[in-house]
Formats: sequence, structure tokens, C-alpha cells
Amino acid sequence: MSLSISHSDSFSLIEQLPILQILVPFVSAPLIVFIGNRKVAWWIAFIASLISLLIAINLLLLVNDGSIISYHIGGWAPPIGIEYRVDALNAFVLVLITLISSIVVPYAYKSVENEIPEQHHTLFYAAYLLCVTGLMGVVITGDVFNVFVFLEISSLASYVLISLGSHRDKRALTSAFNYLIIGTIGATFFVIGIGLLYMVTGTLNMVDMAELLEGKSSSSTVRSAFAFIVVGVGLKLAIYPLHIWLPKAYTFAPSVITAFLAATATKVAIYILIRFMFTIFRPSFLEELNVLDLVILPLSIAAMIIASLIAVFQKDFKGLLAYSSIAQVGYILLGISLMSERGLTAAIIHIFNHGITKVALFMVAGAYVIKRGGSLLTDLQGAGFTMPWTSTATVIGCLSLIGIPGTAGFISKWILVEAAIENGKWPLAIIIIFSSLLAVIYCWRVIETLYFKNGDSKIIVNEAPLSMLISIWIASLACIYFGFNTDTTISISDLAAKMLYLTSLNSY
Amino acid sequence: MITWEFIIGHLNYWFFIVLMMTGLYIVIAKGNLVKKVVGLNIFQTSVFMFYISIGKVIGGTAPIFPMDMKINNDVVYSNPLPHVLILTAIVVGIATTSLALALIVRIREEYGTIEEDEIFIIEQELDFSNTRSNTDKPIGHF
Amino acid sequence: MKHHLILRVITKLLVGPIMLFAFYVQFHGDYSPGGGFQAGVIMAVGIIIYGIVFDMEHAKKVLPAWFVHKMLAFGVLLYTFTGVISFFRGKNFLDYSALSPHSAIHGQHYGILIIELGVGITVSGVMIAIYYAFGSRTSEINDAEW
Repeated sequence: MSLSISHSDSFSLIEQLPILQILVPFVSAPLIVFIGNRKVAWWIAFIASLISLLIAINLLLLVNDGSIISYHIGGWAPPIGIEYRVDALNAFVLVLITLISSIVVPYAYKSVENEIPEQHHTLFYAAYLLCVTGLMGVVITGDVFNVFVFLEISSLASYVLISLGSHRDKRALTSAFNYLIIGTIGATFFVIGIGLLYMVTGTLNMVDMAELLEGKSSSSTVRSAFAFIVVGVGLKLAIYPLHIWLPKAYTFAPSVITAFLAATATKVAIYILIRFMFTIFRPSFLEELNVLDLVILPLSIAAMIIASLIAVFQKDFKGLLAYSSIAQVGYILLGISLMSERGLTAAIIHIFNHGITKVALFMVAGAYVIKRGGSLLTDLQGAGFTMPWTSTATVIGCLSLIGIPGTAGFISKWILVEAAIENGKWPLAIIIIFSSLLAVIYCWRVIETLYFKNGDSKIIVNEAPLSMLISIWIASLACIYFGFNTDTTISISDLAAKMLYLTSLNSY
Repeated sequence: MITWEFIIGHLNYWFFIVLMMTGLYIVIAKGNLVKKVVGLNIFQTSVFMFYISIGKVIGGTAPIFPMDMKINNDVVYSNPLPHVLILTAIVVGIATTSLALALIVRIREEYGTIEEDEIFIIEQELDFSNTRSNTDKPIGHF
Repeated sequence: MKHHLILRVITKLLVGPIMLFAFYVQFHGDYSPGGGFQAGVIMAVGIIIYGIVFDMEHAKKVLPAWFVHKMLAFGVLLYTFTGVISFFRGKNFLDYSALSPHSAIHGQHYGILIIELGVGITVSGVMIAIYYAFGSRTSEINDAEW
């Protein structure tokens, strides 16, 4: 199964792709600080994002046949050295992160100019690239402690980036502080979990750890390690009752950052959860503990309904989208907790589809911030006529969020409903549809304010800058494209889900 | 079965648990933001100590390579890996602490207080008044 | 702290040895306990104690804030480019044995030396930058308010 990399004396780019994926943004960040020019900084960030996207697509093509790429850092073989391990799931999430980054950076140019004072621009892009590096590192690495280190790199960068929203609204500072406290507690819980696993196995490599954990599922150390890891990661991914940091952080962060983090940060945390649950602990362990049915399933249902209900009553467009994000995390966790291959496929595909939907919607919110001075629903009144292109994109994003046929959101919800019925849990299908109806209500509130509540009588078209519109439309067209061309996304997530179950059956 | 051997034999875990709970309690219960950061530090330090204690091998010495390059197989070494991991975690902890303190300085400048309940009252007013709090002029050129 | 004569004299005496010790820890880190992290912090301590006892402005004359920023970026770049060199010799990232064509052990030595130097520069840069960032803020909040 595994495609080991042979050492030749010549320089081969393909062999080095896994590390280049991390290195490109990681080198760009200090380079930006070193050059210290804000225009150059943007160009470096843009080019680094595009190169990362190309690398990620290449990696995805390489592992698309079910093979695994293993890269040994420093030439040290896996159980001892750090291993970068790319399979279909990794590569898919990497493509999501780099795609979002490539869409968001062109958008950032004008948005950052508007929301952040000039002296912070270079450091902003440096921190942004570090955040990208961290998120990709979490995804690509095959070493559990490395996951923690990269997770903290991305988290520290995102605390800084969120707090930069303070130039628009000082509440960004307190929300960044709250996120920092909660995020650090989460990361520390995660480290305790890793420490307990290390005590049992004496290794940090994921595959090695999974093999050594075999037959130790009754050990209380292993069980408490699992609990610590789930709670720690749960704080980062905003499982329903652990979500308090998310709405405020997303509301008050700069628009670019909200768009980027909403589409990637929680998704990466979900990736960690999937990786630990299926690759390290194995489904048999989950079945033995019954933790998915007893804990994750009720919490995900609570997220889908309660968070959607709260979203209906939000006054701020960004806040509304933030609560909707919590609800969507519920969908993904529901897919995981079905404990079937189809359910896992639904979860993985929803990670991608929700990512592109949310990036479109949060970027639209940022466009309103520039032109209307804020993202409160009262600011948006009548914007459907003064900002026609932006508002059309909003409608497309909202449709995808609800899950109307022909959009990306429909595909993932359809597979989720299918998986629920396949497992004989048809009440879940009804809950999914009910939650979608709640999404209709909060999306309708937005559309209503855009088109039917005209603030001023005379209509002057005052569109967002072109660079922002292009990014917004690329994201919204992606929502439609992945609603029709479903083969690629479904086949990849299917493969990823199969491999997660396969590795749990026969160790290699 | 909880015996005295069990309690004494797990001494490092008791320290770890007590420190961890102390830290977590401070984070949750104290209203002062600086005290929260101190609590967070205690909480993290407990984990560092936990890691280092699991690296200890009974009778083991410091895992340093002998200068004369003669490897003596009779010598038992402690496991150095947890120390390395914790060195990384300490650096992360420093970054977190300094970032948290920097945020507190900025909060102090904007809100005039670092007490959580006073900040909460100010934020409540902002939330209900439906306005944005930016007092300075717009930043961009639009 | 201009009026503390003892502190000023002792600081002047100490800054030199602190720096020297930092270099000792830095360049003996590959064989004995020590290395970039520790050396970087010790180095930063030398600058910071100078800044605390005399004025921060004086410390900034030695190491201006912009220079510290370049320093911490440069350290990371040094680190990564050392790793990247092994690419072009057909080895994996950070495989130091690629650094010396003759002997893998020598390559490992060079590798760890350069990399620790990068770590040391970055760490001292970060510590000093943190000190400058917090120290520069004091003028904006007057003493009576704290």
C-alpha cells in the first residue's frame, strides 16, 4: 500500500512535495518580515498560496489511487523520526485549505487596507501565512506531538489575527483573549491525552501507536487519553456546548480572517478528531466505549437545532453565520457518529462543501463591511439594489447553506440523509431536514433585509472593489460547480472514508 | 483497591492533578485577566511536570552521551524524549503567555479595566446599543 | 533606575560575561547541554538587563527595534535554508548528512551548528522584541493608573 520514497542522488521535486507543502508558506512568513514592504508582502502571500495549492493538487493526484506517501524528515525512519504521511483524507483537506487561502488572499488586499491600519499590514500577512502553515502541518503530519505543535502555531497566529479586528471594534480584543484562554486549555488537554498515550505505547508515530494500542482498549489510561483528546479537540472545533468562543471571535475578527478561519480552522480540528478516532483508536474501540452514540450524537443534534435557533435571532450577519457554522459542525459530527463508511463520506464531503460555502458568505459579509460600514442586518437594508453582484453571491451562498439542489450544500446533506436512512436511523433524517428548515428561516432573514427592506428610496449602485468581487464569485461559483460536478468530491471522500475503515481492519 | 502503596506510588500524579485543578480553578473563578493568565500558566506547568515525571526511569541517569565515546551498556538512562517534547511545549507556553499579556495591555487601553465583570458590563451596553465602538476615523481610503 | 549606583555598576560588569556565556552555550550545544534556545534566551537577557537598568532607549541604540525584527526573521530563514540544501543533494529536508560531501558525521555537525545558530538568533530576537513591545507601551499609560 505505501509508496516509500527512495533516495536518489539527484534532486527530485515530486519526492519533496510533502515537505514543500509546509515549507512554502513557512519560509514566506519570515521573508515577508525580512523584506518589510506591505505591497511585496501581499504578493509573497499570494504566490505562496498559489504554489501551495498546486502542490496540494499534485499530492491529491498522487494519492488518488489509494496509495500513501510517507516522507521522513531528516532521513530518520518513522517510528523514531517525524513522518509526514499523506493519504486521500489528508490531501483532500490540504486542497481545501490551500484553495480557500488562494481565494482569500486576493480578497484580502482591499479588505485589509480598509480594516487594518497600514503599519500592521506586513505583520498581518506574515501571521496569516503562519496560520496557513500551522493548519497544513496539523493535517499532513503523522506524528501526534507534531500535531500539537502545528495546532499551536496556527492557533497563536489566529489569536493575533482576530485581535487585529480591534481597529473596527474593540470587542475583538476580548473575544481574542477568550479564544486564547479556551484554545490553550483545549490544546493542553490534547497534550495530556498525548502524554497518556505515550505512557502506554512509548511512541509518537500515529501508525505505530495504532498498532501498539491494539488490544489495550480496556486500559483506563487509554480511555482517559481518549477523553482528554476528544474534549481538547472539541474545544477547538466548537462541539456544541464548547462553542462559546466562536461566535464573538468570528463576529469581531477582520473579515478576511473570519472567512479563512471559518472555512478551515474548525475543519482542521474535525480532521484531527477523525484521524485520532479512526486511525489511532480504531472503530472497534469506539464501538466498545459507545462514545459516539452516547456523547457525540446527542451533542451534534443539539448543535444542529439549538445553534440554528440562535442564528435565527442574531442581529449581526457575521454572528448569524458564526452560529450557523456551529450548526454545520453538528452535521459533520453527525456523519462521523453514524459509524458507517457512508456517514464518514458524508462528513468528509461536508467538510469541503461547507468550507467553500462559508468562505463565500463570510467574504460577502466583508464586502458589506466595506461599503455599508458594518455587517449588522440594519446596515444591510436595501443592499440588494445598491450592491447587486455581492448580493447575488449572498443568495447563492445562502442557497448552498440551506442545501437547495444544484448547490454544494445539497450534495453533502443528501449523502448524510442517505447514510442515516441506510443505518436505519430515519429520525435523524427528519432532524437534518428540520435543521435545514431553520437554515431557511435565518437565510430568509438575510435575503429579506437585502431585497425587501429598502433603506433609502433612491438607488445608487455602489459595488465592492473588483478584486473582492472576483474572489467572492469564484467561491460562489464553486458552490454551484461542486453541486453539479459531484464525481470528484464524492469519489475522493469515498476513498478517504474507505481507507480510514480499511486501516482499522488490517494493520500494515 | 486503594492502598497506601497506590497513593505513595502515584505521588507524581497527585501533584499533577492538584496543580492542574488549581490552575483550572484560577482560570475559571478569577475575574482579573492577569490572574487568569497566571492560572493558565500553572495549568500548563502541571502538564509539563507530568510529562517529565513519566520520562523518569528508576535508577536512570541523565541521558548525556559520554565524552570518551565509550558506551557502557550497564548504565540505565532516563527517557529524554519527554524533556524534548516539553521544551517545545514550554516555548509554546511562553508565546501564549506573552500574547495573552499583550492582549491584556490592549484591553486595558481600550476598556480602562482588566476586571472581567466590568468589561462584561461595557460589552453588554455595546451589544444592546447595536453600534460599533470604533471612535477613530475610518482607516481605508474608501 | 539611574539612581541605583550598585545596580548600574554590577550590570556593566555582568553584561559582558552574560554575552560570553551565551556564546559558550550556543557553540557547545551540539556536544554538551545547551543550544540555540538557551543561548538565545541568555543573549536576550544580556540586552534586557541593560535596557532595564539603563534606559530602553540605550538598549535600542545597540539593537534597534527594526533590526530585532529582521533578526528573528533571519534566524528562521537560516534554519529552513539549511534544511533545503539537503534537497539539492538528493536527501530529505533537514538531513544534515548531505551538508558534507565526505563524511555524514561531519555533515551532521555542520548541520546542527548552523541550525542552532538560526534558533539562537530567532529566540534572542523574539525575547528582545517582546521586551521592546511591552516596554514601549508604558508611556501610553501613566504610572498613577496602574
